[in-house]
This record gives sequence, C-alpha cells and structure tokens, in this order.
Amino acid sequence: MLGHVVPKKTYFLIFGALLALTALTTSVAYLNLGQWNTIAALAIACCKATLVVLFFMHLRWSTRLMRVVLISALLWLAILISLTTTDFFSRNWTPIPESWETSRLPLPSPPAQDELRTSRQ
Amino acid sequence: MATAAVGPETRVDYLNVDYGIKSWLLTTDHKRIALLYLVSITLFFFVGGAAAALMRLNLIEPNGALVEPATYNKLFSTHGIIMVFFFMIPSIPAVLGNFLVPMMIGARDLAFPRLNLLSWYIFMAGGALCMYAVIGGGVDTGWTFYTPLSTTYLNTNVMSAALGVFVAGFSSILTGLNFVVTIHKMRAPGMTWFRMPLFLWAIYATSIIQILGTPVLAITLALVGLERLFHVGIFDPAVGGDPILFQHLFWFYSHPAVYIMILPSLGVISELVTCFAKKRIFGYSFVAFSSVAIAAISFLVWGHHMFVSGQSIYAGIIFSGLSFAVAIPSAIKVFNWTATLYKGSISYQAPMLYALGFIGLFTMGGLTGLFLATLAVDTHVHDTYFVVGHFHYIMVGGAVMGYLGGIHFWWPKITGRLYPDGWARLAAAIIFIGFNLTFFPQYMLGYLGMPRRYAIYPPEFQVLNVMSSAGASILGVGYLIPLVYMIWSIRYGPVAGPNPWGAKGLEWQTPSPPPTENFPETPVVTEEAYAYGAKEVAVG
Amino acid sequence: MADSHAGAALAHQFEDLEQQHEAASLGMWIFLATEVMFFGGLFAGYTIYRNLYMPGFDAGSHLLNVTIGAINTAVLICSSLTMALGVRAAQLGKRKTLLTFLICTLALGLAFILIKLTLEWRHDYLEGFAPGLNFTFAGPHAKSVELFFCFYFLMTGVHALHMVVGVGVLSVLLALAWKGHFGPQRYNAVETAGLYWHFVDIVWIFLFPLLYLIGGRY
Repeated sequence: MLGHVVPKKTYFLIFGALLALTALTTSVAYLNLGQWNTIAALAIACCKATLVVLFFMHLRWSTRLMRVVLISALLWLAILISLTTTDFFSRNWTPIPESWETSRLPLPSPPAQDELRTSRQ
Repeated sequence: MATAAVGPETRVDYLNVDYGIKSWLLTTDHKRIALLYLVSITLFFFVGGAAAALMRLNLIEPNGALVEPATYNKLFSTHGIIMVFFFMIPSIPAVLGNFLVPMMIGARDLAFPRLNLLSWYIFMAGGALCMYAVIGGGVDTGWTFYTPLSTTYLNTNVMSAALGVFVAGFSSILTGLNFVVTIHKMRAPGMTWFRMPLFLWAIYATSIIQILGTPVLAITLALVGLERLFHVGIFDPAVGGDPILFQHLFWFYSHPAVYIMILPSLGVISELVTCFAKKRIFGYSFVAFSSVAIAAISFLVWGHHMFVSGQSIYAGIIFSGLSFAVAIPSAIKVFNWTATLYKGSISYQAPMLYALGFIGLFTMGGLTGLFLATLAVDTHVHDTYFVVGHFHYIMVGGAVMGYLGGIHFWWPKITGRLYPDGWARLAAAIIFIGFNLTFFPQYMLGYLGMPRRYAIYPPEFQVLNVMSSAGASILGVGYLIPLVYMIWSIRYGPVAGPNPWGAKGLEWQTPSPPPTENFPETPVVTEEAYAYGAKEVAVG
Repeated sequence: MADSHAGAALAHQFEDLEQQHEAASLGMWIFLATEVMFFGGLFAGYTIYRNLYMPGFDAGSHLLNVTIGAINTAVLICSSLTMALGVRAAQLGKRKTLLTFLICTLALGLAFILIKLTLEWRHDYLEGFAPGLNFTFAGPHAKSVELFFCFYFLMTGVHALHMVVGVGVLSVLLALAWKGHFGPQRYNAVETAGLYWHFVDIVWIFLFPLLYLIGGRY
C-alpha cells in the first residue's frame, strides 16, 4: 500500500474540531477584546490551518522534506511581510524638515481617459 | 536538427531516434526540450541585442543620433524585458540544466517530463505576448514597470508586456519545481548529495529562488494589470496607495532574480575550472554551501534598489548590511576557484578562456556591487551608468560568458560534434575585449554623473559614450562568430567521442550524443566528485 | 517489487511506484509553496495598508456579512472532509465511494462559488462597494474603504479563481474515476489534487478572519 491510510474516525474528529473553531472565531469577534480580537482571530485561524495540514494533508505521516518545504514557504512569506513592514513603520522616525512639507507640489493629474486612447504612441 | 554520426553503424541517439516536427514539438525527452529552449532563447537574445545596438547607436551623439526620446524609452524597456525574462533567466537552467540534470544524477529523465514540455510552451506563449507588446507599439516603462507610471500615466503596451512576463514566470516556476523534485528523489544509487557535481548544487539553489520568488512577481504584475484595467488605486497616492509598496513587491522577486541569472553560471564555472585544471575543486563543501547561502540571503537584500525611493532610512541600513553579507558566499567561490587553479594542470581551450574571463569580470562586477550597497555612495550613483556598468559586468561578463563556456564545454555531448577551437578562442578574445570596451567606460560615466535610461546627455560625456558604442559593435561581432561555427560544426565538425575533455561526471560516461534513455542501466556511483588524479587523467 | 498491474502505472523515468508517489507529493507540496508566496504578496499588501488605514479598513470590514462568510467557511471545511475521504477511498480501491466523495466535493465547491457570486459580490456591486466598477460609498474614510474593497475583491477573487481551477481538476478526476482509472497502486492524481484542494481551503481559513472579523464586530 502506498502512503498512509487514515481512519475515517480521525477525519470526522478533525472535521468537528474545525467547525467548532469556526464557530468560536465567529463568536469571539462579537466580544470587545480590543487588541486581542486580532490576535485571537489569527491564532484560531492558525490552529485550523494546522489541523488541515497535519491530518487532511497527511503531513503528520509525511517525510521531513515535505515539512521543510512548507516551513520554508511560511518563513519566506514572513520575510516578505516583516522586512516590508520595517520600512513602513520606520518612515516616521526621521522627521521631515518643515520647509519640505510646505513646498510639496500637487501631484500631476493623470491624463484623461480619452486622451490616453488617442495620444500618439 | 541534423543527423548524428554518419558511420558504418549508425548508433541510435536522442537526435536521430525520430524525425519530423511532431517528434520535436511533442517530445518529452529532456534533451530535446533543452534544444527547443536553446533555439528560442538564442532568437530572443538577438532581439534584445538588436535593441541594445540601436540604443548604443543613438548614444553616439549627445543629442541622440538615431531616435526620439520616446522611442529610446521603448528600446531600453524592450532590451531589459527580453534580455532578463526571455534570455538570462531561462538560459542556463532551461538549456544546460534541462539537458544535464538527469544525466549528472544518473536518471533517465526529469521527474515530470510532460510538465517540462509544458514549461517550454508557457515560455513561448509569454514570449509571444511580449513580442506583440514590442512590435505592436512598444512598452516604455523599463523592465521594472514602476508605478504610478505604469498604472496611471502611460498609454503604451504595458498590459501585454506585463501579461507576457506573468505567463513566462510560470515556466520558470515549473522548471525549478521539476529540478528540485528530480534532484531530491531520482539520484542514482551511490550519488549522495556531496558526490554531486557542483553544477547541480547551483541549479538546485537557483530552483529554490525560482520557486519562492517568482510567484510574488506574478501577483505584483497582476496587480499592475488590474489597476490599469479597473483604475483601482492600490499603488495610487491619490487614493491612499503607495508606489513604494509596488517597489517592495517587485524587488522582492527581482533581486533574487539576478541570482537566478548568475548562480547557474557560477555552477558552470566550477565544472570548467576543475576540468581544465585537471584538479579536484578546492573546498567542495564550501562551494556547495555557498550556492545555497546565496539563494537564501538573496531574499533579504531587495531594499538596496530602493535607497533613494522614499524608503525609510532605517530599513535602508538593514538592507545595506545584509547586501554586504550576500557578497561573502560569492567571494568564497572565487577564492576556491583560484585555489583550484593553483598548481593545476591548466589548458586553455575556449571553455577555459570563458571561465577565466568570468572570474575576473565577475569579481569586478561584484566589487562594484559593494559600492552600490553602501548607502552614501549609492545616493550619488543610483540611476546612473555606474549601476548599468555593475550589472552588465555580472550579467554579461559573468553570466553570459559562463553560459557560452558551458555551451562550448557540453557541445560535443549535446551534438556529438566538435566545434573548431581556434575560432572559438578567437571569439572568446573578441568578446572579452569588446565587453570591456563597452562597459568599463560606463563605470566612469556613471561616476561622473550621467543618468541611465536617458536618450540624450551633456556633450562632455561624448568620448566615453563613443568608446562604449564602439565596444558594443566589437561585442556584437564576437557573439555572431560562435553562431556561425557552432551551426557549421553540427554538420561538418569532427565527430566527438564520449569524453573529449577527459572530464569527470556521469554525463561523460555516455556516448555523444547520448541515447534517449541516457543510461542503458542505472549507474551505481562509487567515486567522489571530480576524482581527478594528481597528474594526468585517463579518458572516460 | 512491481507487479504487472503496477507496471502500467509506473512512468518510465521512475524506478518504482514508491519513488513515483513521493515525487508526485513532493512536487505538489512545492507547487503549494509557490501558491503561499503568490497569495502572500496580497497578504503583505493587505497587512501594510490595514495598519496604515485602520479606521477605514474596519469600516469596510463591517460592511461585509459575517453570517454568509461563516457559512462559506463551513461549506469549504465540509468539502475538505469529503475530499480527504475521497482520497482514502482511492487508496483502498473503492470506486463507488471515491465517485460519491468526488461529487460531494465538487458540489460543495460549486456551492461556495455560487454563494460568493450571488449573495456577496452581486450584493456588494449593487450596494456601490465595487471599486472601478461601481463605488459610491460616501461615508467617513471613503478612500480607505475603497482601498479595503480593492483588496477584498482581489483576494477573494484570486481565491475563487483557484476554486474554479480546483473544480475543473475534480471534474477531470471524476471522469477518470468513472472509467475505473484509479486503484491502490495508482491514485497519485487524487492525492495531489486533494492537497491542492485543502490548500485552497486553508487560504479561505485565513481570508475569513482577515477580511470579515479582524476589526472586531462589537
């Protein structure tokens, strides 16, 4: 037999857990937890995703290589988001001289749509 | 393609096993697919080269000798898009990688042969879209598609060009995927990771970059297309969007992309240096790990393209530091090649000339990269010809010369014929001279302040520009010569044996050209990589 | 080793069925890694803009219908269950069971797309929440709300596109399963399609809280 055959009972258990977590995340959103709403929502989503990956996608019984592939993808996504975010969050740290603020020119307006179609190539 | 050896017994090989256009267009043989790519990218190379020729002709005069600035914008965009996406990125992986990866590990084919053929068709579809964009009016965003110019202010063929690159990206992804699975799962018995030729390490590292980076380019270009189509404001400051976000997403792929372009070449050089010095590579594991290190670190440095864009200076500092780090593995390779050459038994056939030229020119390009990674210096030379000189030293003096060296080295295996080495060495010399004459003046021009992507320039820069254009014409001649003798050799070149260079590696254990299934029986590997003796080496 | 039945299932480049099976799974996992990065670009943009324009993005999020979103989430989770059971049936060589579960997964996938199209997107378009086509929202933070809806339609749109591809793949599998193509030695295609399907489910598992719930609904 190629690959691992998972008992139906396991699948149904995980299915139940996923539905329960969906209900949980939906109801938690209606509670006023301030900052923690976001964290709770993402944490529950991570739990659900982990259950799907481990049991439905069989990663629990797969080779280490496939786990490395998944972890690498998540790590690379983290690199994209975190390094980009460092830019946006540290822009205000350098004050802009007042003279620059007041001398800012208005943005040029984009060409009108019909102009775009008829101007020379 | 022509027939193989015409002798008393015509051995069946992958070239003569079947004739007719269907046997080529519907092939799943990795070797034939490699040749399909070879022909395609050569055509694209000459399209991109023609654009460059027109650019350099225009720059002979300060006021532009040939074209209007609007047309010049289309020329450098065409040159960039075609050369980057349709020549450089596929070149070594799709041609040499496709041909050699299964042979070097002792396999009959790649893991997914039909996917391999699909990759080629996707590549051609992307190429057709970009050629339509170029011929049907041109695109003038530069190969970098910066917003909001590309999304809001232009009426040229941005959509079709972006779509063409988007489509071609999937070819790159699928090729990388195929290589990674093949190298992991299909190595012959005894072919451990550390017995693999270093070319495979380089291809493996390149494939990782292709897999993880190209999808981000895809989604970014899709966003540009959607913004053009629906006039939504993702990158439009008027609605709260940020053009710098585009640059982040674009360069997240495009910086690792330049490593897609150079890493395979670095792998080829490792093969050439060991074979033509008849000496085991110095520091095998250092060279192997440096390939993977380059792939990993390359994803951490993209902000060095954005130092003066409005990016926060603190992010700039981080990116600058990491950019210095990425130079280290490349330097490690150069040291190891040099140590390999030391006390080696060196011969100077054409592939070795390309390899030696590579080492010098790549080092120069790499060092100038450090200047650009320095925040303060970059503020002055960003968007000048200094940058143009830097990346051409790496891409042309490095990657293209590595590609040509590799094509010459494996030509006997691919075609079963030897090319005339005298002409090949002459061409290599002409290319080297023409290259330096073209691009060294560009360092000077950039340092003196001439901006890039400009059709006109102040008169005091004319002498250097004329030198550069003269060099370009020599370089062009240098590139045409191999085209002639390589094609000549297919029919008239002397028949090659299995191992004309006396090189080590499983691919040299097969006849030239190899049979379709590569190995009649799966080989068993018992010796280390590059097991050259101390002095002479017996053939095959 | 390989018996005559397996011989037909073994492609020429592989040594044995196990190598072929592992190669297929590894190939699909790597493809899913590329999909993580593909959606990742959108997630990165969404993260940046949400943190820059939090009031507007929360306002936009509140204009979405949580109930429909939750129902859709449940639909996809059900489809993941049926897909997993389908793969299991293929592993065990149970043709009828496989067909049943493939049809269920297909139906649930179509249901998801239908709910999205008719109850959500059409509704949003008519309400004037569709940037570029029909955007008439004039409340506070209108520009940020427009940016929110750009991302909403982009992310759910790209997701829906992947669902459509998945439905197409399932249809092909259905046709092959009908002909009795799959068996215990030959079910790689079902398993790899399953991996893809679960991945698309996972993307929605993240999209639902990120788009519908993240500002809180109190």
